[in-house]
Amino acid sequence: MTATISPDTRAASAAPKPVSGREPRHERRSQRRAGWAMAAPAVLLLLAFLIVPVILGFVLSFTNARLVSPQPTTFTGLDNFVRAFTADPTFLRSLVNTFCFAAVVVPVQAGFGLLLAILVNQKIRGAVAFRVIFFIPVVTSIVVVSILWKFMYQPDGLINSFIDSITFGAWQGTAWLNNPSTALIAIIVLSIWQAVGFHMLIWLSGLQTIPEELYEAARIDGAGTWQQFRNVTWPCLRPTRVFVLITITIAALGLFVQIDVMTQGGPVDSTSTLVYDAVRMGYHQQQIGYGSALSLVFFVLVLIVALLQRFLTRDKD
Amino acid sequence: MPVHNGYTVRRDPGERGLRRRRRTWSYLVLIGLAVFFLFPLVFMVVSSLKPDGQILSDVGGWRAFLPVGDIGLHNYAEVFDRVPVGRFLLNSVIVTVVIVVAGLLVNSMAGFAISRLRWTGRGVVLSVIIATLIVPFETIAVPMVYWVSQLPTLLFQNGRIEYDFGWLDSYQVQIIPFIANGFSIFLFTQYFSTIPTALDEAARIDGASWFTIYRKIVVPLSGPAFATVAILTFLPAWNQYLWPSMVVQDEKLRPVMVGMQYFFQDNTAWGEVMAYTSMITLPVLVVFLAFQRAFVSSVAASGIKE
Repeated sequence: MTATISPDTRAASAAPKPVSGREPRHERRSQRRAGWAMAAPAVLLLLAFLIVPVILGFVLSFTNARLVSPQPTTFTGLDNFVRAFTADPTFLRSLVNTFCFAAVVVPVQAGFGLLLAILVNQKIRGAVAFRVIFFIPVVTSIVVVSILWKFMYQPDGLINSFIDSITFGAWQGTAWLNNPSTALIAIIVLSIWQAVGFHMLIWLSGLQTIPEELYEAARIDGAGTWQQFRNVTWPCLRPTRVFVLITITIAALGLFVQIDVMTQGGPVDSTSTLVYDAVRMGYHQQQIGYGSALSLVFFVLVLIVALLQRFLTRDKD
Repeated sequence: MPVHNGYTVRRDPGERGLRRRRRTWSYLVLIGLAVFFLFPLVFMVVSSLKPDGQILSDVGGWRAFLPVGDIGLHNYAEVFDRVPVGRFLLNSVIVTVVIVVAGLLVNSMAGFAISRLRWTGRGVVLSVIIATLIVPFETIAVPMVYWVSQLPTLLFQNGRIEYDFGWLDSYQVQIIPFIANGFSIFLFTQYFSTIPTALDEAARIDGASWFTIYRKIVVPLSGPAFATVAILTFLPAWNQYLWPSMVVQDEKLRPVMVGMQYFFQDNTAWGEVMAYTSMITLPVLVVFLAFQRAFVSSVAASGIKE
């Protein structure tokens, strides 16, 4: 490429044409115009479908707006937030469920993903094939995954009959998703099953940046497998670790599809989540103002997590 | 497993035996995990071939994972009979293709402008784009429904162009909000800044416009960036669920994922439901297996973002 261009360059600069001095200003104006013109489509679209909705969501949170309403929308101050935190047990339950879900999923999925990454990072035959297999659920739609697992969780479904056969018939079978004490756990299992392959890959790309010499040095010093992990792998994975934890946390706080497909928040709100509740109120019940307020609560949580990431990655430098 | 430390491992003639035993363990664990990740999908595809009665009677044993007994495509035929699944597939293909193709164009042009041109506001635009990366779609879904229901739209009616308000129930509402993507712009910006600017200068002297430089120099050199962005935007576009379930009521415009949820809600024939899920999963899996290397490196690239 360079080879074919450079002769032209020389020929062009040798040409007597350019008038030096006027060229830069003309060039600057052309860059300014081209820059704006080429960035404009993306900037306008982001403005219209991201920035405006963010601002609109913020404004609507302080109103009683409805999707279709005979009454005009009025400003209601903090009413929506007061209602959410003092008079809406479903919302409070959703908040607790969301935190429970995240509290289990974040460490388990991160740890499991790291374990998978270490396993497929070994220099053994077939490692790539296993990597592909573990990633397959990630490319499967979460809607499909939710329906499939709902089928497996049926009282006479695959999961119960499997437990039944490994316990030699001692297991009575349970309706996992209809029981308030097991429904959220059942959803946690399939969520991890679906998403862990993604984080395996992120961990893997972190592992592959660790220079082999560090391990050699550790082995010469007599470090065993665990000590190598403890003293080489773990400290070297710090940036990856922050990224993995943050992305899982944000995704876990946004739990929606599994709930919508499998349980609709039930039984007795035991699986309702923040985003599910926001969509239920804002869309199904058409209380756009209230739904926006609940979305804003979610957004604030995400912002806190993102700021935490900033803080954690900054002190490294 | 025997405890080993560096000294014994290095000299011990049993080192090879130890390594081999360790390798055997690794394989056992890996195979167990492979079973864990694959069994639901095998079960799904196998069940889609069986009549309902047999699915339930097979569930207690290995037969649940084997295509045995009364096998056939009757469940698939039934799905096509009951719902316009061909139409749903077409809708999803249209939406996905337009989002990916238009997204490649719009986001790469923005990436070009940011990485290679000097213009007022460039820094502000870049930092706003980076800031948008932390906004999950779920936070704006509810206000966005309100917003798109107010947007003006052009219609062709009785041979005249008229305008109306409300984007609900259309293709555009499923496509246009997802074309521009901060993360895609970010990836393009990063990639383009690795291409030497000497090429641009040479082409400028030859009188090339900036758009020509983008099209003739930068785009042809950026295959990997385009592949990464295409893959990373293809999956969420194909899998869209929350948004179309809110803004598309018309069955003629419904994408596959939403169509599947409706089908699932008023249908307890599991064989047919499994046929539907298999039908929309297998093409994606085939694409993934064919391009797995590109998929894997795209996802790895998404982890580099800071």
